Amino acid sequence: MIEMSRISKVNNVNITNTEKITPPKDLSLRLESKKLSVMYGSSYGVKDISIPIYDKKVTALIGPSGCGKTTFLRALNRMHDLTQNARVKGSVLLNGKDIYAPKVDPVVIRRKLGMVFQKPTPFPTMSIYDNVIAGLKLVGIKNKLILDEVVEKSLRHAALWEEVKDRLKTPGGSLSGGQQQRLSIARALAVEPDVLLMDEPTSSLDPQSTTRIEELIHKLKKTVTIIIVTHNMQQAARVSDYTAFFYLGGLIEFNTTSKMFTVPDNKRTEDYLTGKFG
Amino acid sequence: MKKRETDGSVLKEPNVKYQTSQTTLSEYLRKKRSFIYRTLGDRLFSYFIFALGFIVILTTIVMAIVLYKDGAEAIKRYGFFGFLFGRVWDPAMKIEFGAFPFIVGTLITSIGSLAISFVPALAVAIFTAEYSPRWLAHIIDNLTNLIAAIPSVIIGLWGIFVFAPWMRDTFYMNIYMWILDNNPSFAPIFGNPIGYGIATATIILAIMIVPYTTVLTVDAFKKVPKEQREAAYALGATKWEVVKMAVIPYARGGILAGVMLSFGRAIGETMAVAMLIGNKNNLPFSIIGPASTMPSVIVNEFREAVENIHLSSLIAVGFYLFIISLVVNLIAAYIQRKFSLTGARTV
Amino acid sequence: MKTLKRRYLHEKIMITFIAFNTVAVLTPLIIILVYVFVQGIGAINLDFFTQELGSPSRAMTGRPTGLVHTIIGTLVVDALAILIALPFGIGAGVMLSEYPDHKLNPVMRVMNDTLNGMPAVLKGLLAWALVVKPMGGFSGLSGGVALAVVMLPIIARSTESALMNIPWSIREAGLAIGLPRWRVIASVVIPASKAGLVTGVLIAFARAVGEAAPLLFTSFGNNYKSSYLLGWTFGPVDTLPQRLYSLAISPYPEWHQLGWAAGIVLLFFVIVSFAIARIVVREKY
Repeated sequence: MIEMSRISKVNNVNITNTEKITPPKDLSLRLESKKLSVMYGSSYGVKDISIPIYDKKVTALIGPSGCGKTTFLRALNRMHDLTQNARVKGSVLLNGKDIYAPKVDPVVIRRKLGMVFQKPTPFPTMSIYDNVIAGLKLVGIKNKLILDEVVEKSLRHAALWEEVKDRLKTPGGSLSGGQQQRLSIARALAVEPDVLLMDEPTSSLDPQSTTRIEELIHKLKKTVTIIIVTHNMQQAARVSDYTAFFYLGGLIEFNTTSKMFTVPDNKRTEDYLTGKFG
Repeated sequence: MKKRETDGSVLKEPNVKYQTSQTTLSEYLRKKRSFIYRTLGDRLFSYFIFALGFIVILTTIVMAIVLYKDGAEAIKRYGFFGFLFGRVWDPAMKIEFGAFPFIVGTLITSIGSLAISFVPALAVAIFTAEYSPRWLAHIIDNLTNLIAAIPSVIIGLWGIFVFAPWMRDTFYMNIYMWILDNNPSFAPIFGNPIGYGIATATIILAIMIVPYTTVLTVDAFKKVPKEQREAAYALGATKWEVVKMAVIPYARGGILAGVMLSFGRAIGETMAVAMLIGNKNNLPFSIIGPASTMPSVIVNEFREAVENIHLSSLIAVGFYLFIISLVVNLIAAYIQRKFSLTGARTV
Repeated sequence: MKTLKRRYLHEKIMITFIAFNTVAVLTPLIIILVYVFVQGIGAINLDFFTQELGSPSRAMTGRPTGLVHTIIGTLVVDALAILIALPFGIGAGVMLSEYPDHKLNPVMRVMNDTLNGMPAVLKGLLAWALVVKPMGGFSGLSGGVALAVVMLPIIARSTESALMNIPWSIREAGLAIGLPRWRVIASVVIPASKAGLVTGVLIAFARAVGEAAPLLFTSFGNNYKSSYLLGWTFGPVDTLPQRLYSLAISPYPEWHQLGWAAGIVLLFFVIVSFAIARIVVREKY
């Protein structure tokens, strides 16, 4: 699933906005944003964000609404290319290569960074089976054996296989909200991305489904790097290894989750986490 | 500072106003209203509104009744299906009437025009909704809306003096000559190259309904949630792949309803067709030769009809046209409801 | 496996196809507009706006002819149609938007769309049966009734959507200060959606003014001005689309040119009302 050779080993991580976090030696860097800014017209959505994303870890992006965490997430797989007046400055290194370099094709990049949205987004007219293989169909994989295998594997990864294995031909829209979201995750996993970007994946779900998704995230990080945007601090504490706190379009603090939620370096982080604002 | 002053004056004014009638604002608002104003007012008003609104339902019903009543003489004489499938329409010699030639003509021209116009209409809709920059989409959107509003007679006028002669000289003549040289037995099926006939009318009809289908399809595309597109992009789809994978499937109900409504439009389109179809009242029709449709025969003969049975037959044709339109529109409404769209736009 | 190169080739082919179709669709319609203008502009002169049409010999012998009676007739018939259609259309729109719980509303919405989709020629037959037959003759009034039926569902629909654009909170604010529901609708909601209502009437006008089919056997047509004032309503009246049709199928070249000129005037009516409707909407929202 992952080519080890593509991963650049971390020697000295330069974190501008935060102080002295020394990554353990066995960690490798999967993704890194360097002075990343997103501008809408002349106003900044986020400004000068530099964060390292470690391989096979869960990184949570938290902060009050409107703080730019989703904007940042969408910059990581070049979704802003689709917004007419949005501009991105700075760079994002995926496996050491800048995805914003000229000649890099966003279509290729997006395959390597899967995305799960706030609302479940199964294609309502496609069957569950077709939904999972939608990404593979794009590149013309037609071998039934391969497809069957991918469908089962992805649905198992997404903890949905047992529930739907007998009705793979029914439309994706017929599932419950939580199942639809896991189907969206399975679809994103089917193309074997390096990184899975999750934009508040549980905000439209009931508590039970939320728990299942969180359990899923725990399992998934064995195989894939995950970045999750959440407005729920408890969720960030439960699922993530690293946490980045955004405020007013800037990065206030990046730290291990355990440190962030016990002894944050920054006063504002502490204020937010203890509910003084936001 | 200035804003504050105006705020103050707004608050002050009602007091001054109502003090002259010895009530303050709060008293004015709490004043007990007459029974008529409070209860009866609401009831009377709603009845009044319902009565006005009910005219919409009534008009459609009355239309059905009137068309049936005035067409009854013909329908009774030839029978409901006898008239529908009667192949002879002869107001001059035999005085015999049957609607079948016009039903055939209507179906051929409207289905034909729909077949010609569907793909281009879809293409324009995809172009404006997905590809073009916003300013261009805006221009095309306005243009299609405007074009959909061009009166039928004007297109008919252009058709008579420009399009039909051009089609005759450029295509029909040459093809006809070729057929005469190579396969003369096919000539009657192809028809006489006079320029006015089914083929010309169908193409003109297609030109006329393209903007209509486009507008309805763009509406359907606009209802596709942004998330659906983004989900497809996030899988690494190119723009066309996004359209194929996320946009068209999601909008298919709206597109289908739009096609149905366009079909209804094509069936009822009168003036341009009447001016270009050549007006031949009897089967068989040929490919480029003259024919008639249900609306075109009504328009062409109604003013000259002298016999009662002729007039009644024309109205009976209208009655059948009503039924077909009703069915087509109800199907469109059903599709829209089933795919839970918020209804047709009145173009 | 599809290579990226192949997928982009596919993408390029589709773009070309779509762009080609877009051009192919818009071109003939632009050609039509240009043609009408070029052919008709020569006949647009003072006579056109001041003289009657008269008999064909009048045009053939070069005496001044024009379509003043047609333009007046069009305005009279369409004004009648608006007068007739407006109360019912607004009533239906208010019912659809303000009384969403009413039992008949779903039926009404379907019926309204159906009526809108009915061929205009049938609306002419309806007006012929309801007005021309009992009154014993063709009249501007019957033409007005026919066009009113064309306008009615359009006005109803646009009234509905104009009223729906007013947020519910405004209605609730009205109810909260103790106004009864009918006062809220009549003096808060309807005035607030004035722009939308105007737009609806303009679009209905733009649509109805070009309808020839229903007028052929209602207002019928007339080569002269009406000799008495009420004749505009109770006698046969000329209207632009119906006159255009008659001119186009006539055998006289002089009349053909008048037809193109009538096309310019008709397009002017349509485009201007359409443009105003668009501008009103844009300013409002």
